[in-house]
Amino acid sequence: MGRLGERLAALRERGEGALIPFVTAGDPDLETTEALIPALVDAGADAVEIGVPFSDPLGDGPTIQRASERALRSGTSLRRVLELVKNLRPRVDVPLVLMGYANCLYTMGEENFAIAAQSAGVDGIIVVDLPPEEGESLFAAVRGRDIDPVLLAAPTTTSERLARLARETRGFLYCVALTGVTGARGTLDLGIEETVKRVRASSDVPVCVGFGVSKPEHAARIAEFADGVVVGSALIDRIAAAPSPTAAVDAAAEFVASLKAPLRASGGAAAIR
Amino acid sequence: MKSEADSRGHFGEYGGRFVPETLTTALDQLEEAYARIAFSDEFRSELDGLLHSYAGRPTPLYCARSLSSDLGATVYLKREDLAHTGAHKINNVLGQCLLARYMGKTRVIAETGAGQHGVATATSCALMGLQCEVYMGEHDTQRQALNLFRMELLGARVHTVSSGSRTLKDATNEAMRDWVTNVRTTYYCIGSVMGPHPYPTLVRDFQRVIGLETRRQILDLEGRIPDVLMACVGGGSNAMGLFHPFLDDDGVRMIGVEAAGEGLDSGRHGAAIGAGVPGVLHGMRSLLLSDDDGQIFPAHSISAGLDYPSVGPEHAYLAGIGRAEYVSATDEEALDAFVYLSRAEGIIPALESAHAIAHARKFVPSLPKDALVVINLSGRGDKDAPLVRELLAARRSEKH
Ligand SMILES: Cc1ncc(COP(=O)(O)O)c(C=O)c1O
Repeated sequence: MGRLGERLAALRERGEGALIPFVTAGDPDLETTEALIPALVDAGADAVEIGVPFSDPLGDGPTIQRASERALRSGTSLRRVLELVKNLRPRVDVPLVLMGYANCLYTMGEENFAIAAQSAGVDGIIVVDLPPEEGESLFAAVRGRDIDPVLLAAPTTTSERLARLARETRGFLYCVALTGVTGARGTLDLGIEETVKRVRASSDVPVCVGFGVSKPEHAARIAEFADGVVVGSALIDRIAAAPSPTAAVDAAAEFVASLKAPLRASGGAAAIR
Repeated sequence: MKSEADSRGHFGEYGGRFVPETLTTALDQLEEAYARIAFSDEFRSELDGLLHSYAGRPTPLYCARSLSSDLGATVYLKREDLAHTGAHKINNVLGQCLLARYMGKTRVIAETGAGQHGVATATSCALMGLQCEVYMGEHDTQRQALNLFRMELLGARVHTVSSGSRTLKDATNEAMRDWVTNVRTTYYCIGSVMGPHPYPTLVRDFQRVIGLETRRQILDLEGRIPDVLMACVGGGSNAMGLFHPFLDDDGVRMIGVEAAGEGLDSGRHGAAIGAGVPGVLHGMRSLLLSDDDGQIFPAHSISAGLDYPSVGPEHAYLAGIGRAEYVSATDEEALDAFVYLSRAEGIIPALESAHAIAHARKFVPSLPKDALVVINLSGRGDKDAPLVRELLAARRSEKH
């Protein structure tokens, strides 16, 4: 089992919900991201999703679109994101997961990417536009290097397919909380509980829920039925609104701490078992 | 040879379905519905009826006498400019909107570059009582202002997209985001032979009517099939529609003309086959304009319909196996051809179609005198008249 699976298993054992913040690497520059990620971990992050910026992020709403634009403007590339992970690795012991789009990974080459990601210390990858049917060879390449390909499931996914995704994912299954693109929403779509229950019917794989989550109450509610919560746009909104890089790091850490607090007491997914 | 995708929509190494998980089920449903509905007698006869009495098909195959004597071979123009709404786009859209209606969808979305696909979609939705929303890049709403107004007149809501290069690529991103959000109620009517499986196959099938008619008409007129087929290539739907029914005829040369913009060396062009690399964008693996970090770089063309950094996967495949050839024409050459065809034949072509004419002017003189050439005149140029007036005026003032 990889670092991701171990971490989520340990949390489930303790009855604690996982908090997984998402930040776009290089937003507004890589120096800030390098300071930000250890601060998020100190504030209670159980793993971190690191967004690899792409010019055409068609699964993302305005917040992450803007973050990607800022990151690309500051010269961020997949190679530099891998360097970032390498620099962070000695200082950060939580799982680090790259999230991005297929074209960047294919352009580097499947095997080249898998080798570089392993040597940097990447624990998992999430590729927004790569369903398992198309991802077979890339996913095999990264699995061969002890990196978990995390698959996504959506409210529109059929039960039959959910069972397949749960079987084929590694680390955890990422359940998308809403039918739509990323972006903070005021209310939580509770249809997601039903999706997670359908996964549970056939599988024991850890399930984390993301997209639209913006408040500690949302996190607490999700932890009642899932192993973990991913928070991206709401965090990036706070980073983008801060007047300076230091203020951004402080604001982000404070927000992460507020999201993690209710998960410690939640009893987590283990409680429903 | 048969150019058919495998069961997952792969044309060789290209095609496929590279989409967020949310869309997977909808694409499965579309594939299933298409196979079940689109080949039924009821659907076929309704669509054929509309193509005939509403869209004005068959469009003429016109023997262009001045062009022929000027270029030194027999040149025919397939007059898609005479189809209702002024371009070939209506063929695909009537098929897809009818399919949407059979599937019980009430809302249709589309992306558009030149606005011809948007106008065709707005038209079909007006005809069939469907709600229509179109995404169009801000740059294109300016250079194709007439089509923006036509869409609104037809009752569509047009969303101006101001992200990225503010052209077709970005309009497609926004349309995909809309579809991810509203997939349960919404039919996404893609405008070319691109996107995730089954769209490249489905759009091609609806556009094949161009080639099927051409085949019948040229046999009637000349008693033989053509030596050369030519068409402009943006996403590639008018070209694929013409080429596909001739793929098994080994003697027929097929030439797709991409946008060379300011020249392939300038980096400002839309030649995904001529200068692209394999990659993934908009749900498909194809050739595309992408840098060494995998970032897409903006295309450029004088014509909004060819201003796109990728191309349909079946074209990438046909280029790879050498069955079709792909060349390009620059902005300047297209502008010249726009004026040339207007004067020579009394036909004002769309700037997109003018790229095919531009290449014909260079290429046809190299053919034997008895060669038989069919050029797809994919659309008419009214939409481009204001832009061309400006460009010609700028040229004149440069000369003085
Ligand atoms: C008249 C005309 N021709 C050609 C095109 C390019 O599309 P395709 O390559 O799919 O035929 C367009 C697109 O807007 C168009 O309006």
